[in-house]
Amino acid sequence: MTELRIEGLRAGVLGREILRGIDLVVRSGEVHAVMGPNGSGKSTLSHVVMGRPGYEVLGGAVTLDGADVLTMEPWQRAQAGLFLAMQYPTEVPGVSLDDMLVASFTAAGRDPDEVRARMVGEAERIGFDARFLTRPLNVDLSGGEKKRNETLQLGVLEPRIAVLDELDSGLDVDALRACSRRIEQATEETGLGVLAITHYRRLLTELRPDVVHILVRGEIRQSGGPELADVVEREGYAAFLGDEDAEAAPPAPAEPDPFADPLG
Amino acid sequence: MWRYSRVDELDLDAFSPARADAVAPIAQVDAEGLVPGAISVLVVDGRMVPDPDGSSSLDPGLEIGPVDQVAGGEDTLGSVVDEGPDAFAELNTAFSPPALVVRVRPGLTVARPIVITQRVTADGHAVFPRVIIQAGEGSAFTVLERYASPDIVALVAPVVEIDVGRAARVSYVAVQELGPRVWQIANQVSQVGQEATFLAASTALGGDYARLRTDCRLTGRGATGDLLAAYFGEGAQTLDFRTFQDHRAPDTTSNLLFKGAVGGHSRSVYTGLIRVRKEARGTNAFQTNRNIKLSDHAWAESVPNLEIENNDVHCSHASAVGPVDDEQRFYLESRGVPPRVAERLVVAGFFDEVLARIPVPAVLDPLRARIAGKLDRREQEDG
Repeated sequence: MTELRIEGLRAGVLGREILRGIDLVVRSGEVHAVMGPNGSGKSTLSHVVMGRPGYEVLGGAVTLDGADVLTMEPWQRAQAGLFLAMQYPTEVPGVSLDDMLVASFTAAGRDPDEVRARMVGEAERIGFDARFLTRPLNVDLSGGEKKRNETLQLGVLEPRIAVLDELDSGLDVDALRACSRRIEQATEETGLGVLAITHYRRLLTELRPDVVHILVRGEIRQSGGPELADVVEREGYAAFLGDEDAEAAPPAPAEPDPFADPLG
Repeated sequence: MWRYSRVDELDLDAFSPARADAVAPIAQVDAEGLVPGAISVLVVDGRMVPDPDGSSSLDPGLEIGPVDQVAGGEDTLGSVVDEGPDAFAELNTAFSPPALVVRVRPGLTVARPIVITQRVTADGHAVFPRVIIQAGEGSAFTVLERYASPDIVALVAPVVEIDVGRAARVSYVAVQELGPRVWQIANQVSQVGQEATFLAASTALGGDYARLRTDCRLTGRGATGDLLAAYFGEGAQTLDFRTFQDHRAPDTTSNLLFKGAVGGHSRSVYTGLIRVRKEARGTNAFQTNRNIKLSDHAWAESVPNLEIENNDVHCSHASAVGPVDDEQRFYLESRGVPPRVAERLVVAGFFDEVLARIPVPAVLDPLRARIAGKLDRREQEDG
């Protein structure tokens, strides 16, 4: 049983506080969804947990089975069992998926000879064309292919806790289903714990959340069961905004959901 | 054209031209220079070493030999280099041993790469290799020229003239792996005829001060010139590139991509000019120079220039000097790759865009290994 514990986490960028005290505990096999409007700090949360440069931790703690995550280098966090599926996976010219995963396995003391077969197996499971496996990382991949690529890596690396930063953005319905189904399976097969950051409920049809958290202006305003996602879907985030939110930041015009059912 | 160079450090009087009798006989090309299945030519200190098997094994229509032994050879000398691009090209003309001529008759496709190994052995001397490549109309072939030396003190001032005839397709690859105390001041001049395609790829890993000037003249309508380079400086090396994309005819295209890394106290210089002459309407010309600075003490200069005399053109230039990309490194690290390894992968990958286009696959693994060696040494230097 693994436990990612986030306590009183405060963090910002360039001196501006974005996360204003986050408390979350994700355990093996659990799926937690963090939903919130634009600018609520969802992506900041995922980046701070993984240690992306440019983010400043102002207070609080993040531990993985008691080990202090915030003092680890990003690669050490990954080796400890954390994984971040990025919203915008970075293009790395000239470096293949194979090279990267072999380097990761080698650093972990795992057998790098296993990488190839695992890649092929994972590619089949999520319908990722094998010809992409030898391409430079994320170069000339479509949005959906990039997310399948992230999911494939998750499958190969077998992390203990995965943070999904808007896995559902920029991908088509088929890719969304393939990716979210694979991650749901991982929660059962390997006991993966998931912190799924998302704007919309559609990610959560295949990947069924145990807990839904509503993040507004850097704070978790409400936590509850999957039914919270339905409230968001029906009513938007208005129900979770207080008067002071309206004064502090007039809500941005609603971002049209390109996947919304026009008849729904 | 000499700004940022180290030419003022050069004491020309210290070097006398290598004499024929100073040439140490070398029976064969060293194993590393061998390319399986290639047509191999060995040149030592600028002089071609006769191959005992002779040129009898060459494809009919392919001639390789010293300028005085190739029919009509004397007329070829200077046919591309009409005026010396610089004083070192003039010195080359004055002191070069008989130039090596590679001539391919019209219409001939040479499937095997032609590999010229230029060994520099004359310690304390100046060496002036001269190579003339003539591609007949519609011919197609690849020449790879490899410059190598032991750890000696020498000045190498090669001149390569490449005449790409109408509708010919020629690739020319220069691999520079000279010893760490060798100075190189090289000139590479090409002219590309109507509807012809020319690719020039250079790698520069060796030398103390190594300069390469590349002049690509697009002289026939619809001609295309692709210019590529990969360079990696370490220690106190200076790697210096001057390029000139000269559009002299309509509908011509040039694409330049030079990528370099500098570590230790090394320096690199890139200055390039795209010139589009009045008559060259419909020109497409692109120039990109990217540099990774691997140490605080390393330094990379990048100066692109455009000179355009016709309005109907598409031109762009881009240059960048910076450390290893943070986002790329973070992506690899977030998958569990340690920082040093991530940086090595990113730097090796950075060069791959150039290396992947070198049309002689046999040289790629040795080149990648040399780049990896430089990254290893760098890690040791940094502790």
